[in-house]
Amino acid sequence: MTYFKRFVTILYIVFLMLPIYWLLNMSFKTTNEILRGFSLWPHEFTTASYEKILTDPSWYLGYVHSLEYVLINMILSVAVALPAAYAFSRYRFLGDKHLFFWLLSNRMAPPAVFVLPFYQLYSDVGLFDTPWAVALSHTLFNVPLAVWILEGFMSGVPRSLDETAFVDGYSFPRFFVRIFIPTIAAGIGVACFFCFMFSWVELLLAKNLTRVAAKPIAAIMTKTASASGYELGLLAAAGALTIIPGAIVIYFVRNYIAKGFALGRV
Amino acid sequence: MSTKTVNNKAWWLVLPVFAMVAFNALIPLMTVVNYSVQETFGDNIFTWVGVRWFQEILHEERFHSALLRQITFSALVLAIEIPLGLGIALTMPKKGPWVSVCLVLMSLPLLIPFNVVGSMWNIMALPDIGLLGKAINALGIEYNYTRQPYAAWFTIVLMDVWHWTSLVVLLCYAGLVSIPDAYYQAAKVDGAKTWAVFRYIQLPKLKHVLTIAVLLRFMDSFMIYTEATVLTGGGPGSTTTFLSIDLVKTAIGQFDFGHAGAFSIIYFLIILTVSWLFYTLMMKNEEN
Repeated sequence: MTYFKRFVTILYIVFLMLPIYWLLNMSFKTTNEILRGFSLWPHEFTTASYEKILTDPSWYLGYVHSLEYVLINMILSVAVALPAAYAFSRYRFLGDKHLFFWLLSNRMAPPAVFVLPFYQLYSDVGLFDTPWAVALSHTLFNVPLAVWILEGFMSGVPRSLDETAFVDGYSFPRFFVRIFIPTIAAGIGVACFFCFMFSWVELLLAKNLTRVAAKPIAAIMTKTASASGYELGLLAAAGALTIIPGAIVIYFVRNYIAKGFALGRV
Repeated sequence: MSTKTVNNKAWWLVLPVFAMVAFNALIPLMTVVNYSVQETFGDNIFTWVGVRWFQEILHEERFHSALLRQITFSALVLAIEIPLGLGIALTMPKKGPWVSVCLVLMSLPLLIPFNVVGSMWNIMALPDIGLLGKAINALGIEYNYTRQPYAAWFTIVLMDVWHWTSLVVLLCYAGLVSIPDAYYQAAKVDGAKTWAVFRYIQLPKLKHVLTIAVLLRFMDSFMIYTEATVLTGGGPGSTTTFLSIDLVKTAIGQFDFGHAGAFSIIYFLIILTVSWLFYTLMMKNEEN
């Protein structure tokens, strides 16, 4: 039984790794070799594609732009979600349940619905083609998610912690910053992780709310792929590089990731 | 659990979120509603047309077929990913150094930008130089996802399974590790078989995470856009044109605002209704 189990797990991981391997395989081939035909590993090993991306500003600035709006979004989302999540986890107030579902309903909105109105809204307020436009538009689905996750983690903290602190004479802001935030640090880490993740992978809004100055790497890739025909090697290398930030972030939250995916509710 | 205290001052804590979401969601949503009831001839001249756009869409063959494709896709994806994810979570190690390795490797597909996922499978499934395409053709089955509708569907569903099954695995895994060892020991004393342990101990404990999994997977598969666009572009023909792809074509491709507005609202309402049903179910579970 254990052998069978181990076999299934390994088989699944191999299935997950195959497309990633194929991407790496392509990224180390010369265009000539790619077009010549099928081969399981690069025979004419080259890092030319990577060198081009890392030295050409029109390529590497794409990564900088992406990281810019992802970080702004992450900080913004978690900062506004923290007090709200506390309110939802500790108090009952007028319209709380409706408000909570209304927040969540924004996570259910297809980005395709919001592309056009966002384009007009951010053009009107002068944010179009800045990282702020993308960061703000991504709060649409990240804020509800952050509230949901943080509320889950906070509800796991016994209320006696708050009460004792207030008896000891802590004011609310001081209690929140000094005691409460350190207590739910893991939850905040997980919330940050999810905001990072969903902002990093989204493209439809990021692409349509930027033109040049804030164009994300993913959009540069699609443009190159269609403009220059078959530069598969370059496309593969750019794709492979987009996996790295995610891999680094996962490593940091690896111990909390399972609980995080359950939105802190296990 | 003690009951929460009633305190309307808590609204102050919610205010920042409320303001931000109101700016970000209400204004655009009202724009969409505005468009959906008007006809425009450019130059910002609008005329009121009432529910004409809605009637038009609801009777349109194009919308019906896109909706049908979307429902088929979501149903297929849920039917594969939920049992598969649950199964894999059950086989994963619960303790030891391999847990972290498994978790990190499994989460990897979730953190790859959607268009890169599309490109990866595009490259992977190329009939002449892709690993998957070459392998299927070598088996003697003719396979070309840019020409055969069923091959395109197979590739998109496989891509989605690759991309999102791990989410279900991680959710179920989180549920499984939260079951105290004492439960298993009690089952052992009673001489329960593997199936009985699953049916009466693990499954009830997993009900909650499984609802979250179904909710998330339903919402996201119903909104699929980038991966499918990069992989097949909605083709061959319009055989893989899902709702979002169709919507973007009308809104940005043809600048047909009224039509797109009404489309958006119908689309959003469908997701909202189904999600609300799941959400209510979930909250009921949480109370128990």
